[in-house]
Amino acid sequence: MSLEELTSFNWSIMTPEFIIVGVAALLTVIDLFMPKKQDRRILGWIGIAAIFAAMVSLVGLLGAAPDSILDDTFRLDSFGKAFKLLLLAGAALVLFLAISYKADEGMEEYRGEFYYLFLTGLLGGMIMTSSGDLITLFIGLELLSISSYVLAGIRKNNLQSNESAMKYVINGSIATAITLFGMSYVYGLTGTTNLLAIAGTLQSLADAQHAYLLGLAFLMIFVGLGFKLAAAPFHMWAPDVYQGAPTPVTAFLSVVSKTAGFVIVARILISVFGVAATEGPGSMPILYNMQDYIAVVAGATMIIGNVVALKQSNIKRMFAYSSIAHAGYVLVAFTSLSSNFFYTVWFYLLAYLFMNLGAFAIIQLVEAKTGSTKIADFAGLYRRSPVLAVAMGILLVALAGFPGTAGFIGKMNIFIGAFMVQEPHYVLASVMIATTVVSYFYYFGIMTQMFFRPAADDSKFTKIPVGILVVLVVTVAASVLFGVFPDIAIDFVNNNFNQFSDFLQ
Amino acid sequence: MDLSFVLSLLVFSPLLGIVVLAFMPKTEEKTIKIVGFLATLPALVIAIGLYLHYLAGKKLSDFDVAKDWITFGGLQGAEAGFWKVNYELGVDGFTMLLVALTAVVATLAAIASIYIKKEWKGYFMLFLLLEIGMLGVFTAENLVLFFLFFEITLIPTFFLIGKWGYFEKEKAAYSFLIYNGLGSAVLLIVIMILFSKTGTTNIDMLTQIVSDPNVPMTSGLKLGLLIALLVAFGVKLPIFPLHSWMLRVHVQAPPSIVMIHSGILLKIGAYGLIRFGMGIFPEQFESLAVLLAILGVVNLLYGAFLAFIQTDFKMVLAYSSISHMGIVLIGLAALNEAGVQGAIFQVVSHGLISALLFFLVGAFYERTDTSLMENLGGMAKGMPIASGFLLAGALASLGLPGMSGFVSEFMAFLGLFEEMPWIAAVGCIGIIMTAVYLLRAVLGITYGQSHRDFTGVLDLKGVEFIPVVVLIALIVLIGVVPSVLSSPLQATLETIMLGLGG
Repeated sequence: MSLEELTSFNWSIMTPEFIIVGVAALLTVIDLFMPKKQDRRILGWIGIAAIFAAMVSLVGLLGAAPDSILDDTFRLDSFGKAFKLLLLAGAALVLFLAISYKADEGMEEYRGEFYYLFLTGLLGGMIMTSSGDLITLFIGLELLSISSYVLAGIRKNNLQSNESAMKYVINGSIATAITLFGMSYVYGLTGTTNLLAIAGTLQSLADAQHAYLLGLAFLMIFVGLGFKLAAAPFHMWAPDVYQGAPTPVTAFLSVVSKTAGFVIVARILISVFGVAATEGPGSMPILYNMQDYIAVVAGATMIIGNVVALKQSNIKRMFAYSSIAHAGYVLVAFTSLSSNFFYTVWFYLLAYLFMNLGAFAIIQLVEAKTGSTKIADFAGLYRRSPVLAVAMGILLVALAGFPGTAGFIGKMNIFIGAFMVQEPHYVLASVMIATTVVSYFYYFGIMTQMFFRPAADDSKFTKIPVGILVVLVVTVAASVLFGVFPDIAIDFVNNNFNQFSDFLQ
Repeated sequence: MDLSFVLSLLVFSPLLGIVVLAFMPKTEEKTIKIVGFLATLPALVIAIGLYLHYLAGKKLSDFDVAKDWITFGGLQGAEAGFWKVNYELGVDGFTMLLVALTAVVATLAAIASIYIKKEWKGYFMLFLLLEIGMLGVFTAENLVLFFLFFEITLIPTFFLIGKWGYFEKEKAAYSFLIYNGLGSAVLLIVIMILFSKTGTTNIDMLTQIVSDPNVPMTSGLKLGLLIALLVAFGVKLPIFPLHSWMLRVHVQAPPSIVMIHSGILLKIGAYGLIRFGMGIFPEQFESLAVLLAILGVVNLLYGAFLAFIQTDFKMVLAYSSISHMGIVLIGLAALNEAGVQGAIFQVVSHGLISALLFFLVGAFYERTDTSLMENLGGMAKGMPIASGFLLAGALASLGLPGMSGFVSEFMAFLGLFEEMPWIAAVGCIGIIMTAVYLLRAVLGITYGQSHRDFTGVLDLKGVEFIPVVVLIALIVLIGVVPSVLSSPLQATLETIMLGLGG
C-alpha cells in the first residue's frame, strides 16, 4: 500500500477511535513516569475527558454518509454510530465508578492500568461496531476480552478476584476458539473475510451441502458468541467472574462488554447468515431457519437467569444472573427479527446501560461502606440514606420493567416485534413475561431489605464520592426520562440513523 | 372555554402533596397528616366539578385531552397515526362515577390514616402516589396509559401493605405483588398483541377495529384474548379461585389501605371487564356468558358460605367482598341493560359500603386491639354510636331496600332471571346467606358476650364522624334516588348494548 493510497483514505471517520487509542497510549506513558506513590486518579479523569472528546467527534460524524476505509474493513454506518454511542456512554459512566473505587488488596500499585485498560477494552468494542470484516471483528473482540481478563484479576491479593480472572480467561479463550473455528468455515466456503463480499457470495449459494456446512458454522459462531453474551447454557462463568471482579469492572462487563457482544452477534448473524440462501438464490435465509435455536437459547437464558437469581444471597451474583436474564430479553428481539429490530435492540441496551450502571453505583457504595456484598447489607438503607434507597428503588423498578421507566418501553418494543412478525412468537413472549414476573421476586427482595428491615448499623452515608454521584444522577434521570418521554430516543434515531437501512450496503 | 387541562389536573393533583411532603421534616406527625389529607381535596373538588358539569347538561367529552406521547419506530404505517401511543385522558358517565368514587374514598381513607402509627411522611407520599394511579386508571383512554397507571397502583400498595400492615404484612405484600404481577403480565400480553395486530391502543378505536372483519384476527384469537383478560382482571376482582391473595391483604393491610383496596382497587377488575372485555370483544363475551354467570354464582356462594364460619371480622368482610363481586359477574353475564346496570351499581355501592365497614373495623381495632368477633363482643355498650353505624353498614351490605346494596342486587338478578333463570335461582341462596353471615357477625360484635368492662373504650369522636356520615349519606342517597347513578350511566349503557347487538 503506497503512501498516496494511505493519505487518500477518509481517516476522519476514525476520529473517535484515534482519540481513544491516542489517550490510552498517552496514559501508559504518563503512568510510567509518574512518581510511584502519587495518586493515579488523575489518569481516570483524563480517560473520561478522552471519552467525552470521542463522543463529541462522533456526534460531529453523525451526519456523515456511510463510508468505509482500509479495504472495507472499517466502515462507519448508522449501526456503528448508534452502538458506538452506547459503548462510549457506558464506558464514561464506568470510569466515573472506577475513580470512586477504593483500592485495596494489592491493587494500589496497579491503579494506572485500572484506568487505561477500560479504554483499550472500549476501543475493542468500538472497532467491532464499525468493522466490515471478520478479521477486524475478531481483533476487536480479542482486544476487549483481553483487557477484561486483566481487569477482572486486578485485585492481585484477593482470592476471588484471581479465581474470577482465571475462569474468565479459560472460558473466554475456549469461546473465542469456537467462534474462530466457525468463522473459518465461512471463509473456506466463500474465500473472503469481507462481510459484504461474503454476503454477496452466499446469496447465490445453490449447493444444499454447503448450506449444511454454513449451518454448522452458524451454530459454532453462535455458541462462541453466546459465551460473550452469557447466554444460557454458556453462562456458567458469569456469576463467578462478576462476583470476584472489582465492582466497576463488573459494571463494565455487564454493560459495555455485553453491548459489544450483541454488536458482534448482529454484525455476523445478520450480514452473513441473514442473506445466506439455503436452497438457491432467493430462498429462505439460513438465519430464519435457525430461529428456533435462537429462540430456545433465548428462552433458556431468561428462565435460568431469572430463576437462579432468586436464591442468591450475594448482590453481585444476583446481578450477574439478572444480566443473564436481560441478555435473554434482547435475544428475543434477535429471534423475531422484526422490522424494528435495530431500534429495539439499541433502545433496550440503552435503557439497560442506565438501569444497571446506576444499580452498580449503589452496590459499590454499599460495598465500600460495609465491606461485603451480601444482599443483607442493604437492610435499612432507607433509614440510613433515604435518597440512596429511593434511587435504588427507581432503578430496580426500571430493571423489573415497570411502566414509567425505560425498562418498560424497552420490553414493549421487544413484545411488539415478537407479535408483529408473520409467525408471532407467542410462546417466547409468554416466557419472557412470566420470567419478568419471577424477577419481581428478587428485585423486590432488595426493596424489602432496604425499606422494611432494620439496619444492622445506623451510620449514615455522609460522603458520597463525586463519581458515584454523577453516575447516580445521570442514570436515575435517564431511566425515568426515557420511560416517560421515549420519543426523545426515537426522534434521535429517526433523525440520525435512517432506520439503519445502510447496514447491508 | 378550553377544559382539556382539567383531567390532567385531576389525576396529577396529589403530586402537589407529594412535593410538599418531600420538603417536610418527618417528625411533624400532625402537620403531615393534615397535609396528606388536604392533598386529596383538589381531586375531590374536581371530581365533584365533573359531576356538576354533567348535571348542567354539558358534554363530558369537553374534558378529553390528547397529546403525542410515544411513537414506535421502524414500523410501516407510522405516518397514518398508527404505532403511536398518545397521552389521552377522558371521562364518560361510567368513568366519571368511578373517578368520583375514587376521590371520595381516597379523601376518607386519608382521614382514616389518623390510625397510622409510624413514618407518616413515607406513608402519605405513597398514599398520594396510589391515588394518582387510581385516578389515572379510570381516566386513561388507551391501553398503554391504562397499564401505566395500573402498575403505578401496584408499587405503592406493595409498600403500604408491607411496611404499615399487621403481623404477616410482608407475606401479604408479596402475595399481592406476585398475584397482581401475574395478572398484569397477562394483561400486558393482551395489550401488546392488540397493539401489534391493529397498530393502536386507543380504546374507542380498538372497539371499532376489532369487530371489523378485515382485521387479521381470527375469532379463536379474539376468544383467547378475552379469556386472558378475564384471568387478568379476575385476579383483581377477584374471581374464585384467584382470590387467596386478597384475603391476606384484607387482613394484614392497615385499615385505611383496605378501604382503598376493597373500595377502589378491586373495582379496577370490574371496570376492566366491562370496558375492555365487554367493550372490545362483545361477540366473544356473549359466548362466555354462561361461564361468567356460573363463576358469578360460585363467587357469591363460596364467599357467603365461608364468611359464615369466620371468627375474624376482617375475614368476614374479605369473604363478603368476594361474594359481592360475584354479583358484578352475575350482572355482566346477563348481557342486558338491567344486568349491566346492576353490575355497575354494585361496583359503586360496594365501594362505599366496604369502605365504611373497614373504617369501622379500624376504629374498633384502634380501641380494642382486636378484630376477632369473639373478643369484640358487647360493643353496643361501649361504643353505641359506632355499633349503630356498623349495623347500618351491614344492612346496606345485605341489601336492605332504601340503601344502595338493594338496588344493585335487585337489578343484577332481574337481568339474570330474564336470561338464565335457573342459575339465577341458585344464586338467590347467596342473598339469604349474605343476611345470615352479616347479621351473625354484627350481632356477635354488638350484643355478643362482652369480655371487657369498657373502661377506656370510647366511642367515635371528632373527625372519625366524617367518613361514616359521608359514606352512610351516599349509600342512602343512591338507595333512595338511584338516578344519581343511572342517569350518567345511560349513554355508556347504550353504547355497550349496541356492541352486544341488543
